[in-house]
Amino acid sequence: MNFLIEAFKPACSISIKFSDGKTRKRVPIKRENGQTLLAPLFRNQENIAGKITIEPHQGKRIEHNGVKVELLGQIEMYLDRGNFYDFTSLVRELDVPGDIYERTTYPFEFSMVEMPYETYNGVNVRLRYVLKVTVSRNYGGSIIEYLNFLVHNYSPPPSINTSIKMEVGIEDCLHIEFEYNKSKYHLKDVIIGKIYYFLVKIKIKTMDIEIRRRESTVTGATNHVETETLAKFELMDGAPVRGESIPVRLFLSPYELTPTHRNINNKFSVKYYLNLVLVDEEGLRYFKQQQITIYRLPLQDT
Amino acid sequence: MLNGTEDEEKWLAEGIAGIQHNAFYMHRALDSNNLREALKYSAQMLSELRTSKLSPHKYYELYMRAFDELKRLELFFKDDSKHGVSVVDLYELVQHAGNILPRLYLLCTVGSIYIKSKEAPAKEVLKDLVEMCRGVQHPIRGLFLRSYLAQISRDKLPDIGSEYEGDADTVMDAVDFVLQNFTEMNKLWVRMQHQGPGGVREKREKERSELQDLVGKNLHVLSQIEGVDLEMYKETVLPRVLEQVVNCKDDLAQYYLMDCIIQVFPDEYHLQTLETLLGACPQLQPTVDVKTVLSRLMDRLSNYAASSTDVLPEFLQVEAFSKLSNAIGKVIEAQLDMPAVGAITLYVSLLTFTLRVHPDRLDHVDQVLGACVKKLSNIPKLEDSRAMKQVVALLSAPLEKYNDIVTALTLSNYPRVMDHLDIGTNKLMAMVIIQSIMKNNSCISTADKVEVLFELIKGLIKDIDGADVDELDEEDFKEEQNSVARLIHMLYNDEPEEMLKIICIVRKHTMVGGPKRLPFTVSSLVFSALRLLRQLQGQEGDIVGEEASMTPNKIFQLLTQIIESLSAVPSPELALRLYLQCAEAANGCDIEHVAYEFFTQAFLLYEEEIADSKAQVTAIHLIIGTLQRMNVFGVENRDTLTHKATGYSARLLKKADQCRAVYACSHLFWVDDQDGIKDGERVLLCLKRALRIANAAQQMANVARGSGGPVSLFVEILNKYIYFFEKGNKQITSSAIQGLIELINTEMQSDSTNPDSVADAFLASTLRYIQFQKQKGGVMGEKFESIKL
Repeated sequence: MNFLIEAFKPACSISIKFSDGKTRKRVPIKRENGQTLLAPLFRNQENIAGKITIEPHQGKRIEHNGVKVELLGQIEMYLDRGNFYDFTSLVRELDVPGDIYERTTYPFEFSMVEMPYETYNGVNVRLRYVLKVTVSRNYGGSIIEYLNFLVHNYSPPPSINTSIKMEVGIEDCLHIEFEYNKSKYHLKDVIIGKIYYFLVKIKIKTMDIEIRRRESTVTGATNHVETETLAKFELMDGAPVRGESIPVRLFLSPYELTPTHRNINNKFSVKYYLNLVLVDEEGLRYFKQQQITIYRLPLQDT
Repeated sequence: MLNGTEDEEKWLAEGIAGIQHNAFYMHRALDSNNLREALKYSAQMLSELRTSKLSPHKYYELYMRAFDELKRLELFFKDDSKHGVSVVDLYELVQHAGNILPRLYLLCTVGSIYIKSKEAPAKEVLKDLVEMCRGVQHPIRGLFLRSYLAQISRDKLPDIGSEYEGDADTVMDAVDFVLQNFTEMNKLWVRMQHQGPGGVREKREKERSELQDLVGKNLHVLSQIEGVDLEMYKETVLPRVLEQVVNCKDDLAQYYLMDCIIQVFPDEYHLQTLETLLGACPQLQPTVDVKTVLSRLMDRLSNYAASSTDVLPEFLQVEAFSKLSNAIGKVIEAQLDMPAVGAITLYVSLLTFTLRVHPDRLDHVDQVLGACVKKLSNIPKLEDSRAMKQVVALLSAPLEKYNDIVTALTLSNYPRVMDHLDIGTNKLMAMVIIQSIMKNNSCISTADKVEVLFELIKGLIKDIDGADVDELDEEDFKEEQNSVARLIHMLYNDEPEEMLKIICIVRKHTMVGGPKRLPFTVSSLVFSALRLLRQLQGQEGDIVGEEASMTPNKIFQLLTQIIESLSAVPSPELALRLYLQCAEAANGCDIEHVAYEFFTQAFLLYEEEIADSKAQVTAIHLIIGTLQRMNVFGVENRDTLTHKATGYSARLLKKADQCRAVYACSHLFWVDDQDGIKDGERVLLCLKRALRIANAAQQMANVARGSGGPVSLFVEILNKYIYFFEKGNKQITSSAIQGLIELINTEMQSDSTNPDSVADAFLASTLRYIQFQKQKGGVMGEKFESIKL
């Protein structure tokens, strides 16, 4: 038995360490099994450098056809049988074919890496960055080690950020005007606004504001849209009368939002909406949805 | 209904259980300094307040439970060493709560700490809180939330002198905050009326009134703000409060809030802002009980005025009366369908006000009455008994205040108000007036006032058209008329000229009173005139020439006319008495022909009108008595009259009456004065005639009943004999007396005579008298000596 176990055990352990691993910020990410782990965080065009250490087990000799490290940016579409699309793929050869007898350390560096897209974990799509170390072997299969890391990209505050203001209604029944102070919010922003009632003929019970995320994915020729409600926030309790103005103040920080993603590598988009929902006493819902843009300011990593 | 309350109890119990459950976990979190958990459980606890199932009363119970828990939470929040979060962050953190009601309760709680920490100006935090609370539009939940806000902010307003005092406009900020919260609360409160299930109106109003103090408390807070001086009250606070009151268009709220304003702010402010305050009144809903509101205001001001005389100039300065008066006018004008009772109640209050504040301004009183007349004249007929009561109150107020009807008589509108009373009430009021005069012993001394007075009480003086005579209660009527009669005696002036005028006016009024009233009033009037006559005599020495227009003759003419009016009743007995009274007065004035005329009238009445034999007896005795005292007549006139009197005496129906009248006539011939007539012979004639009649009566009795008649007649005649004997009438001799005594004794002893103890005693005491005179000795003793018993 021992022999068998020995046979399936990788012949060596591979560890990947970033050169600034002690100081680099780490943020939690969710893995498929639901656990969270901390992963180092990078931005676009950063240098990604470090050391890879290969240590053979029990003084074994590892014969290989070469050692390489790859930096991959992948989009994984769950609806497309889990296919990966690599939008970024960089390779560094670390060693020529030969034998490794003892613990060996290889420095590596990818400089000014283009990582235009942020890491994203959605319902139907995942975008991830990974370092992949491969020890190629002819037999026994290659030994591969992955290291996930995150990329967040920052945007400067938008130069134009108009408010959202709109009058909506149902004739002779309900007529309101809502106003949100901006159309673009950063992740820790506060939505300030008000809802003004011009006319209310229905008996409203509550008014909520929802933050909805709309994730659309393109798989071949089909387009798939998934919508989630990330926040449901009660704005008003009871029935207002004509002339009432209800304040809105919604802090975005408690919610797990991401920046808005537009047409990432022609594969997917993530958009955010504010949905104003009025519920009357019979339980009927009246709503109006408005798109907002969410962006990430520097130093706003969770 | 029963089910409803049971269910409510159940829901309340569930709510309380929910609060206790979550409070337990919250306490645990507080004890372990776990902010996250504390926030979570406090929010869950406060979620129990989201219920819509409870009535305000029960909701209040629930609220109080939560309120107590929030106090503990506040202590925790305050101590940042326990949770390590700055108050600013905490202020954001509590706003993450998804449900609005718990979120806002927590926000207010943290807000109060935020203000205390002074990390932000109080005004900013307060402004934010009061704005955010708009999110709760449910009336009951909103009211309680805002009430919580008011509660926690009370001691944190940026008032002058407060530790939270801000920049220059700091008081304004405090006022703005309270006003805004007040406005919103009032809106919610008003909305209760229109929202919710279409339950019974009364129930909803009851529920609302349970909540009224939550709203009113804001006004109380306003009044407590140090920095609200008169200026600010005038410029900001009052106009804005009133704006809300008027605009809410809800009768319950308007009534309550107006009252609140009046009660919580100082009197001095009210006085200085009367115009504004009153200006709001006509704008209130027609169903608002403005009269009570205004009455309370006037009461307060009246009391204020009464508190110190120093404040009175203020009242004058602001022309409080005219403003109130205008306001009332406008309210009445604006509220067309206000019942008459409302309008009149207002006038009563105004009257009370002016009587207290300006007791010297009768013109004000008259003005109020005038306004009331105007209002009443628009109402076809006042039938509301409550309104009637108010009118009576209106009319009674000046009487009570001045204790003097004379003052009221100068009010030109007073009688005009009385005209609008129904007959019964009018009489009642007239009685009140008369009683007031009696009580205060007021003397009405000018003709003009008498004229007005009689105009006022005309309900008592004459029949008013449409009065139902059958319904009159005899006793009430008598009492009324007796009062009028008494009243006539209260009219007096030292000046005969004026007094005559008064009498003429009274006569004018009473003459129309009709047969039922005249007997009561005429005698008063006659005696009043007779008094004038005496008055005139008393003064005669001084003023003779001037008083040409005022001779006793004239008064006698007047008297004749007055008495003649009784013929319409007819009441001959009364008229006869009055004629005799006048005759006596004429005697006093030494006017023979007038006296004679009165006697003539008396005799005519006796002959023509007095048919009843009993009345005749009384009348003839009155005539004899009066005539006996007359000294004005010459021999001829006197003879005529005495002759008549004697004649009528002898012609009375019953013998006994004849006898008594005849022996009474004997006095007509023997007046025990110095110059009195002393005709002994005719005295004797009368007495003898009386004896004859007594004899005849005796015999008639024997024939008719077989028993003796009254011996007492003889005893009576014996007494007359003795009287004249004593007075020195030579025609009456001791032997005649002796004879008469024997005659009586014989009569007494005859078998046919019934024993009569009265007559026996009478005789015995008469004889005892003679005995006494005999023993007395002296001249009289000698005179009686010859009589043997």
